[in-house]
Amino acid sequence: MSAVLTAQGLQKSFGAVRAAADISLTFDPDTVVSLIGANGAGKTTFLNIVTGYLRPDSGQILFGERDIVGFSPRQITKLGISRSFQIPQLFNSLSVRENLLVAESIAATDDPQAATDEALTRFELAPYAAQKAGLLPEGIRKLLDVAMALSSRSKLLLLDEPTSGVSADEKFAIMDVVMGAARAAGVTVIFVEHDMDIVARFAGRVIAFYDGGIIADGSPDTVLRAENVRRYVIGEEIPHAAA
Amino acid sequence: MKVATVAIGSLVALTALALLSPQWLVFMAMLVLAKGVVVLGLLVLMRTGLVSFGQGLYFGIGAYAAALLSHHLHVADAAVMLLAGAAAAGLIAALLGLLLAGYRDIFFAMLSLAFSMILYGLLVKSAALGSTDGFNLHARTLFGVALAPGVERRVFLIAAAVCAVVVALLVHGLLGGHWGRLVTGVRDNELRVTYLGASPYRVVYVNYLIAGTIAGMGGALVALAVGHVDPETTYWTTSGEFVFIAILGGTQSILAPFIAATIFEALRTMASQYAPNVWQMSLGLAMLAIIMFLPAGLWSLAERRRRSV
Amino acid sequence: MSSILPVAFDGIAYASWLFLISAGLTLIYGVMRILNVAHGSLYALGAYAASSLAGVWLERGLPAAGSFAMLLLAAILVGCLVGPLIERGLLQWMYGKDEVVLVLITYAVFLIIEDVIKLVWGVDSLLLPEPYALPGNFLLGDLPYPVYNVLLIAMALATGLALAWALYRTRQGKLLLAVIHDREMSMAMGINVSRVYLATFAVGATLAALGGAFTAPTVAVTPGIGVEVIVLAFAVVVIGGLGSLGGAALGALLVGLVRSATVHYWPEAELFSIYAVMAMVLIARPKGLFAAQEARKI
Repeated sequence: MSAVLTAQGLQKSFGAVRAAADISLTFDPDTVVSLIGANGAGKTTFLNIVTGYLRPDSGQILFGERDIVGFSPRQITKLGISRSFQIPQLFNSLSVRENLLVAESIAATDDPQAATDEALTRFELAPYAAQKAGLLPEGIRKLLDVAMALSSRSKLLLLDEPTSGVSADEKFAIMDVVMGAARAAGVTVIFVEHDMDIVARFAGRVIAFYDGGIIADGSPDTVLRAENVRRYVIGEEIPHAAA
Repeated sequence: MKVATVAIGSLVALTALALLSPQWLVFMAMLVLAKGVVVLGLLVLMRTGLVSFGQGLYFGIGAYAAALLSHHLHVADAAVMLLAGAAAAGLIAALLGLLLAGYRDIFFAMLSLAFSMILYGLLVKSAALGSTDGFNLHARTLFGVALAPGVERRVFLIAAAVCAVVVALLVHGLLGGHWGRLVTGVRDNELRVTYLGASPYRVVYVNYLIAGTIAGMGGALVALAVGHVDPETTYWTTSGEFVFIAILGGTQSILAPFIAATIFEALRTMASQYAPNVWQMSLGLAMLAIIMFLPAGLWSLAERRRRSV
Repeated sequence: MSSILPVAFDGIAYASWLFLISAGLTLIYGVMRILNVAHGSLYALGAYAASSLAGVWLERGLPAAGSFAMLLLAAILVGCLVGPLIERGLLQWMYGKDEVVLVLITYAVFLIIEDVIKLVWGVDSLLLPEPYALPGNFLLGDLPYPVYNVLLIAMALATGLALAWALYRTRQGKLLLAVIHDREMSMAMGINVSRVYLATFAVGATLAALGGAFTAPTVAVTPGIGVEVIVLAFAVVVIGGLGSLGGAALGALLVGLVRSATVHYWPEAELFSIYAVMAMVLIARPKGLFAAQEARKI
């Protein structure tokens, strides 16, 4: 089973700040991976490098058989890597249906209307189909953002903090819908998250970033309990064992 | 279907106008159609989120291309001149669009202005093209048929009406389907468009090309109607008038540019008779009023009334 | 060899003129994010006011040297009266709007002022050659060259240095730089942005009027002289980078020298050469030579 994405030796510095220090990662198909880490640890940088927004100083990224370093975001999207954004990027003056229709039409599916209907169902957006995207509540905007990303027939879906800005009681519901849709489409999911409950519940693998490097990589149980992760990411003070 | 009704209705009305009205009204209708067509191009650009302050460039190119064919190459067929005007403008738009499609907002607006002023400068300095006086066209025919002077204008108006309606229908069709949604997408959120796999640059380029080409057609129409061309066609005031008409009409409907152009021409005719020295001031004040109170143009008045009924 | 000196001198003189007409435009954009199309009409107002004031002065038989002071006075009056009128009377209510809408608004103001000029001064051209001829000529190589142009160069240098000093060395200047950098942050820090805007617009308007006032003696002042100025000023400002004073200076120099060379060796291409420079600079640096860095969006 070949990897869906392989990053090798990624380096990226902004002046004196090392945002990516020799990052090498392999992602298998049909998995759900969560990237965690404090702000500035390098997870968003990694996301931005993979999607072509940033160019690494050195290193390779293999998607399929191709090195996609240097490709534009548009080219990378067309190859099958799509992303959602921390702040949902929608077409505010179009309706939900029209937003999805644009996405499906660009993805050049055979029947954009049918694909749109399917997306509306899968993401439970049908009740909002006729509403203008600019007027939607935040949780629905997040769902629409992901729905649009998924529609470009992606093989790899990157979610940038999918539950940020969403109220606590809605977070799980939204992630349920998103993950259900992703699973149905058979895409690999990488999501950046700060909420450890979400991570524990939905991720099959967790990668922890710190200071531009990776300090842990494994199952949620292992990583979320690791001492260095708790110190540098989750932020728990580890009481020293009593004598 | 509603669109077909409006299209046919317009053609019938304009044909009736062409055959029955006094000459001055026929002439004014020609100008309205020509300017309306240019503003239609502006509408396409505004739907993409851009304002061009330099459509006068293509308007002038269209007019001069038609005139050059007539004056120097002794081409008489109006249809040929019309096509030449549109083609010449389209060619330049295809070239300049490569640069301009990378710009937005103020840059786009002012760069388009700059290019129109370059042409103005070239025309004014060109003695061969008549400098500020311009030059005349020779007698025109339509599809090889020479017409008596009184009849000529009327026939040309019908031809112009057909062109305008066809172009309007094409633009309407274009903006109504996937392209229209994509264009709105580019206006709303270019980042998203890119991350869906499309190219905002290409969308802007194509729309700029369309706007330039039909502005050239409008210029040729004016040359045919007036029988004379001069650099004023590409001067900033001309471009400014197009922008004014576009704002007046708003971008909601394909009819808006033509209705707004009608109102504009009527006002201009009155102003030039009674108050020529305050015309620009009136335009400026009207523009401010529209921006402040009716940002969607006069069309929003019709919308408001429809909604309250 | 002997033709290079006048070409260079002409170039620098023209560059000085370009800088004078561009500095105000780039300053206003840098601080207020408004591309002030009315800049051209303020220039025209300056030219007209200068012609009138200096004309009256000379008619009264007063010492000719004083006419220069009249030019300056005209510029200050226009800038400090009309500028605040526009800013307080109209622009201050429009700041939230889209940049292009603001351009349309200043464009409307431009149209209005154009007709105001026609109403006040009529459509005939005004001529005021005295200040231009007064300082006489000097010999540049073996060609007589107007001293007035040297005055213009000196004025541009003085203006540039004064602006740079005011911006980087005074407290007011630093407040301005803060507002240029981040308006919201400045407001949060307690800077009276509203007053900064008013002052900036007045200064920018005065600079525009200054350009017009000191150009008046060299041309026939007619309605419409403001139009070409906007387009030229925009070209210079865009080459230098919107909002950059140093960029405007460099842009002015570049355009001035290229244009001067073109006028001497290929006169038909004069206007074309200016925009060719602009197009080439933009192809290499899409936002101009010293454009401000933009923060990441995602």
